[in-house]
Amino acid sequence: MNPPAQTPLARVVSRFRRNRIGLISLAAIIVLFVVAAVFAVLSFAHVPFPMDPNATNLERKLLPPNLTNWLGTDNLGRDLFSRMLHGSYISLTVGFVAVAVSLLIGVVVGAISGYFGRWVDNIIMRAVDAIMCFPTFFLILTAVALLGPSMLNIIVVIGLVSWTGTARLVRAEFLTLRETEYVRAARALGQRTPAIIFRHILPNAFAPIFVTAVLGIPAAILTEAGLSFLGFGVQPPQATWGNIISDGKTYLLDAWWLIVFPGLAIFLAALAFYLAGDALRQAAETRSERK
Amino acid sequence: MITFIVRRLLISLVLVFFISLISFFIITLTPGSPYPWGELNPKISESVKANFRKQFHLDEPIWKQYWFNMRGLFTGELRSIKDGRPVLERITERLPATLALNVCAIVIALSFGLLVGVYSARVAGQWQDTALSTVSFALLAIPEFWVAYLLIIGLTEWFAVPLMGTVSHGIVFPNALASSLDWIWHLALPATLLALGSVAAQSRYVRASMLETLREDYIRTARAKGLPSEKVLYHHALRNSLRPVITGIGGLLPALIGGAVIIETIFAYPGIGRLGYQAVLERDYPTLVALNFITAVLVLLGNLLADILYSLVDPRVRLE
Repeated sequence: MNPPAQTPLARVVSRFRRNRIGLISLAAIIVLFVVAAVFAVLSFAHVPFPMDPNATNLERKLLPPNLTNWLGTDNLGRDLFSRMLHGSYISLTVGFVAVAVSLLIGVVVGAISGYFGRWVDNIIMRAVDAIMCFPTFFLILTAVALLGPSMLNIIVVIGLVSWTGTARLVRAEFLTLRETEYVRAARALGQRTPAIIFRHILPNAFAPIFVTAVLGIPAAILTEAGLSFLGFGVQPPQATWGNIISDGKTYLLDAWWLIVFPGLAIFLAALAFYLAGDALRQAAETRSERK
Repeated sequence: MITFIVRRLLISLVLVFFISLISFFIITLTPGSPYPWGELNPKISESVKANFRKQFHLDEPIWKQYWFNMRGLFTGELRSIKDGRPVLERITERLPATLALNVCAIVIALSFGLLVGVYSARVAGQWQDTALSTVSFALLAIPEFWVAYLLIIGLTEWFAVPLMGTVSHGIVFPNALASSLDWIWHLALPATLLALGSVAAQSRYVRASMLETLREDYIRTARAKGLPSEKVLYHHALRNSLRPVITGIGGLLPALIGGAVIIETIFAYPGIGRLGYQAVLERDYPTLVALNFITAVLVLLGNLLADILYSLVDPRVRLE
């Protein structure tokens, strides 16, 4: 009756491959990755391809999309297409590293809280509740503004503020998993606590943690864009999708392309991660969602 | 019941303490100059700096600063560095506008979230469900400042939607009805934009919660009794899947207040979010401490209220 046994990972992969939206989003993410990586290298090597993103040309300012400047130019005559390409790695780097920081904190805090329980759990969870009451974006804005806006600060602050969801999730997984037979067996065999936590319990909580991580990336990308928009993102002349919009808003009614294209880039990048994350969640779900 | 409420209130007091610590230390422990004129300005003499430090208790040890801050917050003596007015006064005069904006956004988020969520649960697994979930994620992925500007470009070109502030200036309205309509008209666009992401999130919660409830035995019983499927869906299932939705309102609030920073700034809407953004620009520490503290406590109270109300309505939670 049952299909032949598969490893859990193979099952997730085969279910993911049947999800068309998930595959398209994954393809989009890979393309984005390649573009970001290539232009990060070009940017650091100061290669002016397709044009120098920071070269001003006041004779060609605020031009609508045309054959030379595919997406038009800004108020200083800089090529919008080149600026967007050279700024693409900022969004992705912030998204990934900020999520890595928040995962690290969330997993450690959640694991400690769930594994030890009792008063440790109580104190940690009350602190988590307290942090969750704060309007996250405002807290991040405050901290980044006071620290000084730089890519490192943005990443650290987003990471430091957004780990609470992961911590709660990991804690819930640990509360269930620590009562399982194999964990008791490991404890009875005299395994040390860190080994039990990291070698026995954590791998079994991997799937939901991975899904939250993927869904956390677009949130971090959007937060960075919002900070950039308010002027507290990575500082000019470095172009980011958010600060192009922020600079372009002055020319709102004269140069729609300065708003439309970078916004579209942020939107599509975030959407790809959300849809891929959701497809992954569906593929990793053990319970069927059907009625 | 009473013990439940008392217990929750005590826990909340502990939370308020944590909240006060976080809102104070996030601002104090971050490096950077507290002076509104910058650290190295040569025109400012040492005595002025010393006076400033004394006035705002910056020369005291940190735990004392914390104490002065919190005491000042509760007695209303904490003053803004920017204009010297009490922080509480600056915040309370902005509160009504923000509350109106947030209440509107919550109403929009809940009603649309409920509609979309119930519908998606009904068609779960079919193409409509996939389409709606894709649209929901699109709403989550849209940077709200971007849509705001797209709408501003579009609406000013084609329609006469008012964009800035809470009321139209320079127009004398004939009666109260006309002026309140003007006020609502100004609220429409920012509230809708603010609610976008929450509509998406809320509809996902409702859908998940409905699907969970639909698996219960009593739903099967109701179906087996031969009740029409609409009745089962809206009477039995919907009512019982509302709990996570209602308690989820608390989770909406921080996102809304945070999102309001951007929306209020774009629409020149005189609310808390814009006050916060200005305070950030002016490095107005007392206002920032107070704002972070007060909004977090408001969220906490909202959560508490939702929980208590729900335990009054739902007999299953009474014993918690």
